[in-house]
Amino acid sequence: MVKYLPFEAPLMQLREKINELKEFTANADVDMSKEISQLEDRFSKLAKEIYDNIQPWDRVQIARHPERPTTKDYINAIFDDFIEFHGDRNFGDDEAIIGGIASFEGRPITIIGHQRGKDTKENIRRNFGMPHPEGYRKALRLMKQAEKFSRPIICMIDTKGAYPGKAAEQRGQSEAIARNLFEMAGLKVPVISIVIGEGGSGGALALCVANQIHMLENATLSVISPEGAASILWKDATLAQKAAEAMRITAPNLKEMEIIDEIIPEVLGGAHNDVVQQALNMKMVLSDSLEKLKNIPADELIENRYNKFRAIGVYTE
Amino acid sequence: MSIKDLFKTNKIKNKARISMKREEHDVPEGIMTKCPDCRHVELTKDLMKGLKVCSKCDHHYKMTAQERVEIFFDEGTFKSLDDHLVSINPLEFPSYIEKIQSDIKKTGLNEAVLTGIGELDGEQIVVAIMDSHFRMGSMGSVVGEKITRAIEKATELSAPFIIFTASGGARMQEGVLSLMQMAKTSVALQRHSAEGHLFISIMTHPTTGGVSASFASLGDINLAEPKALIGFAGRRVIEQTVREKLPEDFQTAEFLLAHGQLDAVVNRKDMRKTVSTIVKLHVKEAQ
Repeated sequence: MVKYLPFEAPLMQLREKINELKEFTANADVDMSKEISQLEDRFSKLAKEIYDNIQPWDRVQIARHPERPTTKDYINAIFDDFIEFHGDRNFGDDEAIIGGIASFEGRPITIIGHQRGKDTKENIRRNFGMPHPEGYRKALRLMKQAEKFSRPIICMIDTKGAYPGKAAEQRGQSEAIARNLFEMAGLKVPVISIVIGEGGSGGALALCVANQIHMLENATLSVISPEGAASILWKDATLAQKAAEAMRITAPNLKEMEIIDEIIPEVLGGAHNDVVQQALNMKMVLSDSLEKLKNIPADELIENRYNKFRAIGVYTE
Repeated sequence: MSIKDLFKTNKIKNKARISMKREEHDVPEGIMTKCPDCRHVELTKDLMKGLKVCSKCDHHYKMTAQERVEIFFDEGTFKSLDDHLVSINPLEFPSYIEKIQSDIKKTGLNEAVLTGIGELDGEQIVVAIMDSHFRMGSMGSVVGEKITRAIEKATELSAPFIIFTASGGARMQEGVLSLMQMAKTSVALQRHSAEGHLFISIMTHPTTGGVSASFASLGDINLAEPKALIGFAGRRVIEQTVREKLPEDFQTAEFLLAHGQLDAVVNRKDMRKTVSTIVKLHVKEAQ
């Protein structure tokens, strides 16, 4: 069952009322169809009003929705012949990041993404989508493999951040992230990154040094979680809602700052409401991007990537 | 006055005393300075002569960027770059600009990093020296831009690029723009490296968060000063996450060395000579 978010409460109440009336009509001898259609009209209007005025904090809630589609959902819906490859060849296999090869519109590609779990058991196995160094090193191994075979790379970003743990520090979390930023800059194949959920800090950025960065409409990309920002800036984690606004972390914010290329529209109320349609929306943008990057020579791809990140930052001279 | 009131005043007094003590430790001012580690007291003048290293316990005091210039370069060869860049307030955080202005006054720097060109035993090098006295050395747009320009300058001159890092990480007040400076500096380093040029990263206390997870870790050679705190996540965050007490030396330079994350831990007194030797061994004509 699809769960409603707090800001959707008025909609939920109206939907309940409509359902009650429908039930009543079906069981009683009174025709209420006119009233029902009036209420349905009101429902669409209210839905439009609510979703048109969606606040940053509402988007954070949608991005964190337990039923929000994950990397795997999009792989299944968009690509053919996906084969998952495991391991970093040094330490282990980090299931917080998945990757492999597949076919997209008839062409081979490499796909890599953060992977959250769908339930508690899977989330424990996947560490809630928060990678250790070996996750980033697996991602880099697969990117280098893609480069060798001239396959475009598609990355999906969906993490609260890199895991802040003892073992992660021992094995070089910083170096693993930094290495990805560095190596991705020099990749000779097109790289496209899509933020599909939460994009938390360095752990998200480590899959983001791309020729094109897209974001789902309700995805976020930030230097720190709203809770973290609130506790550092105002010493109060409960001000997360205020921080979500102040930090400008939503897709429209990042588009305005010219950090991302395209906003991928979401189905009404968020991606979890219709995964199939959402995958189609993504497929269209992805197809466009790949087409644009297809015939660009390697040195130009690297140059483009350089210029893209070189330009980010605001100051006066 | 009741007994309760007595305790109240004591509490306040205690707090005030702690904060004053800290200041004394961080900024070696006045005639005498007490080591925060071993409490050894020595003449500030002597401490400066000893490169701000405690003569008793080897504690490495924090240094300002200007102090590092003085002890690192051949005399009179350093020329700073991009002193004119000024931070703006993209997210309109209250009092952000005031804080920047006050740190400009305090440190004499335009931002948390000083960049420039100079000579080290006659070899031309480009450096970036971060200064944790300026907004904890945090990285916003200007820090990212200055470092990137310095890297580009080094590439252009075919000179080694050397960085002294000291930073709490990405600067919250510039949001995702700060995060993106990690990528910006890294793409510049990749280009510098692809052209075959040397990059030495010297991590000093503290080097954490987004700075640790970008250029600080990307040296052809990664060095660190003794006992420097180096890590991705904060100690408190990790302790809360894993619910266990971390070892005393966790995230110190020595801890990183033991776990294969550093090429060497180098005492400040040997740093100049070490870096100079590394640079000399990378001079193109010598090969």
